Amino acid sequence: MSVPSSGPAILVEGLTKSFGEVRALRGIDLTVPRGTVLGVLGPNGAGKTTAVRILTTLLRPDGGRALVEGYDVVRQAAAVRRTIGLSGQSAAIQEELTGRENLEIVGRLYHLSWPDARTRAAELLEQFGLSDAANRAAKTYSGGMQRRLDLAASLVGRPKVLFLDEPTTGLDPRSRLGMWDIIRSLVAGGTTLLLTTQYLDEADELANEIAVIDHGLVIALGTSENLKGRVGGDVLEFTVPDRNKVTDAAEAIARIGEGEPHVDKETGVINVGVGGRGSEALVEAVRSLDAAGVRTQGLALRRPSLDDVFLALTGHAAEEDEEPGGGKRGKRRGRRSGGSDAGKAASS
Amino acid sequence: MTAVAPTAGASVPITPRGPSLLTRAHWAVTDTLTITRRNLLVWMRVPAYIMFTVIQPVMFVLLFRYVFGGAIQVPGGNYVDFLLPGIIAQTAAFATFGTAIALAQELQKGVIDRLKSMPMARSAVLAGRLVADTIRMFVTIVIVVGVGYAVGFRFDNGVGLAIAMIVLATIFGLAICCISAYTGLAIGDEESVQAFGLVWLFPLTFLSSAFVPISSMPGWLQAFANNQPVTYVINVMRSMALGGPIADDLWKSIAWLAGIFIVFAPLAVRAYKRAS
Repeated sequence: MSVPSSGPAILVEGLTKSFGEVRALRGIDLTVPRGTVLGVLGPNGAGKTTAVRILTTLLRPDGGRALVEGYDVVRQAAAVRRTIGLSGQSAAIQEELTGRENLEIVGRLYHLSWPDARTRAAELLEQFGLSDAANRAAKTYSGGMQRRLDLAASLVGRPKVLFLDEPTTGLDPRSRLGMWDIIRSLVAGGTTLLLTTQYLDEADELANEIAVIDHGLVIALGTSENLKGRVGGDVLEFTVPDRNKVTDAAEAIARIGEGEPHVDKETGVINVGVGGRGSEALVEAVRSLDAAGVRTQGLALRRPSLDDVFLALTGHAAEEDEEPGGGKRGKRRGRRSGGSDAGKAASS
Repeated sequence: MTAVAPTAGASVPITPRGPSLLTRAHWAVTDTLTITRRNLLVWMRVPAYIMFTVIQPVMFVLLFRYVFGGAIQVPGGNYVDFLLPGIIAQTAAFATFGTAIALAQELQKGVIDRLKSMPMARSAVLAGRLVADTIRMFVTIVIVVGVGYAVGFRFDNGVGLAIAMIVLATIFGLAICCISAYTGLAIGDEESVQAFGLVWLFPLTFLSSAFVPISSMPGWLQAFANNQPVTYVINVMRSMALGGPIADDLWKSIAWLAGIFIVFAPLAVRAYKRAS
């Protein structure tokens, strides 16, 4: 038997899982120290949800092992379930019941007495700003409120380790910020958190460490700063308002950057890594764009974002469709780093 | 947004050690009751569910009593007495639509996943669903009997056998519930479950002695109708309510119902374990 009082909150070694022909996880290693946040970042179909489902005992791995609070997720699944909380992508609450009833029922299922279940429900409703809506059916709640109720339900059992599977997918920006605040205060309270997300800014904002997953493998692991360092310096970025000039612009700066410029034909945004040659590259870019007769907007150097990291690591952006001529976009596109990658998920 | 302090006010620590067998057995019961309570609360909150489980059977009673009944010749001549046991069995079988649909929905929405990640008894989701649906079915049967009394139906064979008839109808419903639970979990898609339900539940209940004497059907249909479980169960129910031989069809009914439980209860449990 493992000793649950020491060691990391989550330990994953060589985890594999296939669904028929599809190799969802191809040998993943992860360590999450107690009280820290690991952001698991990757496009749809990368294997994030499969990993979470294994760690929360919902799925048996094909190979490798995973310990949560020292308990093996296969052999000590019942013990794991007593120490974890899970909040998924879809609000797993009973919409016909009130917020209070939902939490009380979850409390009963965690084997609290009725009075304790009531007290716990009231505490959580208060903490999550749902007291006023406590006696309304959950189906009348906004998306953000439902997500908060869902998260509250996952905390009824006071989990030591919390799994949040894409907690803000589909939320409007304001609800998203509210959710971030809640998550931060949970972590401040000592909860270990594993957070999956498709949003690079979300991982950047919340996680101590980030694991980038693509095609069932961890392709990079480190702090946000480490990962940004991998892009190797600054990024030159600008927008070309005249869409007919986008190709000319890309050719004009091709010699300046390190590697191929990344061109978004839809928005006219072009960026390219310029390494350590910051200001020099900026001046060259201005000259050659001027020579090519391309007008630009917002030409600037910036520190690399996680978007750039993802591009550098995988050769494709987190939010883009890989299909040739792909006008098709993920349905949640619109935010800076939003967007899913349905086409890629299917092809992986 | 109010600040969250999840560790504050810890009144009930979660024990890291495994609970005893006795505790687990106790939890299996209380968790089943919690899920039962949840399901019944949902049922009472949704007008469409009430409509489906209460109003529709009542409409069937009235429709057959007053619209079709006059054209259907039955032995003994009193159609409403003939009708009621049949319509009760049909109602019990159709009530299991709700079982299949609810389980498929819970699967699709991730409710079952969420419950499986909790330290609750794993049997409780399915058991609580069956208990809640049996209670719901029992309420519907009692209402149909009440409406039957209002339109002329009478038990002619004593209180004991009247109660036995209602109990048999409920057990029959529970058996059909196991089949529906299996289809709901195995198919896992609400609309397909609904469509598939019609495909087997309609023939099973209507191609029986529920609404018309089987002797009025064409020969090839009689062969099916005479030898299928719903007919056996309804014949026993009818004899219990109105008088007539019970033993022969009762043994066949018990054998069929036992067979259904033996096959479909484990299938439903297996589908639940696999479901995700």
